[in-house]
Amino acid sequence: MSRERTLTPVSAVGTAVPVRRAPARRLRRARDRAYGQRGGPLWTLLAWVLTLLFFAPVAWMALTSFHREADAATNPPTPLAPLTADNYRALFERGIAPYLINSGMASVVSTALVLVLAVPAAYALSIKPVRKWTDVMFFFLSTKFLPAVGALLPIYLIVKQVGLLDNIWALVVLYTAMNLPLALWMMRSFLAEVPREILEAAEVDGAGLIRTLRAVVAPVAMPGIAATSLICIIFSWNEFLFAVNLTAVRAATAPVFLVGFITSEGLFLGKLCAAATLVSLPVLIAGFAAQDKLVQGLSLGAVK
Amino acid sequence: MATMTQSPPAVAVPVPSRLGARARWIRRAPLLPALVFTIIVTQVPFVATLVISSLDWNILRPGDRGFAGLRNYGFVFTDNRLRSAVANTVVLTVSVVLVSLLLGLLLAVLLDRRFPGRGLARTLLIAPFLVMPVAAALLWKHSLYNPTYGLFDGIINAIWRLFGAPQGPTVDWISDHPMGAVVTALVWQWTPFMMLILLAGLQAQSPDTIEAAKMDGASGWTTFRYLTIPHLRQYLELSVLLGTIYVLQTFDAVFTITQGGPGTATTNLPYEIYLTMFRKYEYGQAAAAGVVVVIGSIVVATFALRVVSSLFSKEANR
Repeated sequence: MSRERTLTPVSAVGTAVPVRRAPARRLRRARDRAYGQRGGPLWTLLAWVLTLLFFAPVAWMALTSFHREADAATNPPTPLAPLTADNYRALFERGIAPYLINSGMASVVSTALVLVLAVPAAYALSIKPVRKWTDVMFFFLSTKFLPAVGALLPIYLIVKQVGLLDNIWALVVLYTAMNLPLALWMMRSFLAEVPREILEAAEVDGAGLIRTLRAVVAPVAMPGIAATSLICIIFSWNEFLFAVNLTAVRAATAPVFLVGFITSEGLFLGKLCAAATLVSLPVLIAGFAAQDKLVQGLSLGAVK
Repeated sequence: MATMTQSPPAVAVPVPSRLGARARWIRRAPLLPALVFTIIVTQVPFVATLVISSLDWNILRPGDRGFAGLRNYGFVFTDNRLRSAVANTVVLTVSVVLVSLLLGLLLAVLLDRRFPGRGLARTLLIAPFLVMPVAAALLWKHSLYNPTYGLFDGIINAIWRLFGAPQGPTVDWISDHPMGAVVTALVWQWTPFMMLILLAGLQAQSPDTIEAAKMDGASGWTTFRYLTIPHLRQYLELSVLLGTIYVLQTFDAVFTITQGGPGTATTNLPYEIYLTMFRKYEYGQAAAAGVVVVIGSIVVATFALRVVSSLFSKEANR
């Protein structure tokens, strides 16, 4: 959230002299005053009804995951049935753990690779920009717009050729490429916030590159790096198209487990909901933790 | 999260125009690994797709891999399955994007007011977007839509019984409304995305303007129609375009909820390409269809890039 940052009103963008404004928190309070009385309890009621409607399937999923199979499949539904953790136990007995480990491995390693590639690149696009840096930015962005399915066949053939089918490293490489443009755009927008004056002052004082990075760039970049990583982890954790087509047994990730699990179960609603809840939980946590930066990541840094 | 691509003005970094070759390469060095990696992993496969699309290649007929010229493209544009896949893709994408945009706008406007538990409501609303897409699709298919033990028919049944009827009507949501079922599940997932971007847009609106309009006696609706909507335009465009790009690629929901059926009623292009590739093993045709999807996306993306770059140049020029 841009609380402590200087705001420039959209109308003033493009003018040479930016207007220094109150911090966003104060701005928001002023907005609340102007807006606060709009509508009344009816609007609040509508907001909450819609929110609960949208949240209901998630709540139902979590609730069903704690019901015995017999209680999960009743009609009419029995939300007040006794709770049990049996479904989760059954999941681990069915061996969900390796799939979760594969997913974790693919998302964490690919995110680490993304950062190794994106952070220096973002530096070369913001703090010490190369010439035509906007063109470079748009090249990266354009790769994000190409649908993965258009490249699925050659990727499948290449991965098969080099013997990486059903190997987690194939997914690591693909997820790195998938998230790199996103991370680059996000990281650039964060690094662009490093105050120029301080950078110059550090240079004048003869601070070396490492010291400048540590003392000036890192404090501003760190929250950005954290948010970027969370968003990359979310996207690779949820990825399905490559996972289902390039893995089989050894390297299959959580979404692949889910799909295979369904076809092999009889009375399964409770276990299905337990599996769905379990695989979604890390992302829900990461997403809630990063919710203020989520918009920025999803809009490629265009909206803060 | 209240501003549109703005950072402190001091960042308008001048790029020195006269740098020596060595200095230029030192500047470029940190960028190169990312650039080379991206070119190899994303551009090479597309070139390969182009090449394969010109081949007559089915792995069920080994050794027979002739040059097909544009025959695969002829097939793509005349095949009934692919034509209905194109139509389904358009219907699916347009309805998901429009409905979730409108719902997202409504929610954003509702959440842009102060009310008890606003923060909690926002957090709860993001949840559908964060549930793993495959998990969400399975949840909708089995736990909500299922005619015998799904929640929807269960609730209908419970209401009917409440009024003394022995049994409520049974609706087989997926068989009766396959496209509606897929669209609804996707709208549920994408509305929070739209809501987040539009809410950020609303919160970037200056309160002074609203207050001034109020002073002048403008009604809530007039303010919304003539001040808020124009202000939101960029944000609306951005959410439509990003939404389109993501929803165009929908695979998980179709794969899971309907397997493209019944018949080809919900088969969209990504799913059809998948079938061509891994069920019919027609590699040449799959590649040609892939090229068509890419070209379609490029058309959408050109507009998207223009919107993003108009937001971006404001920052770059400062």
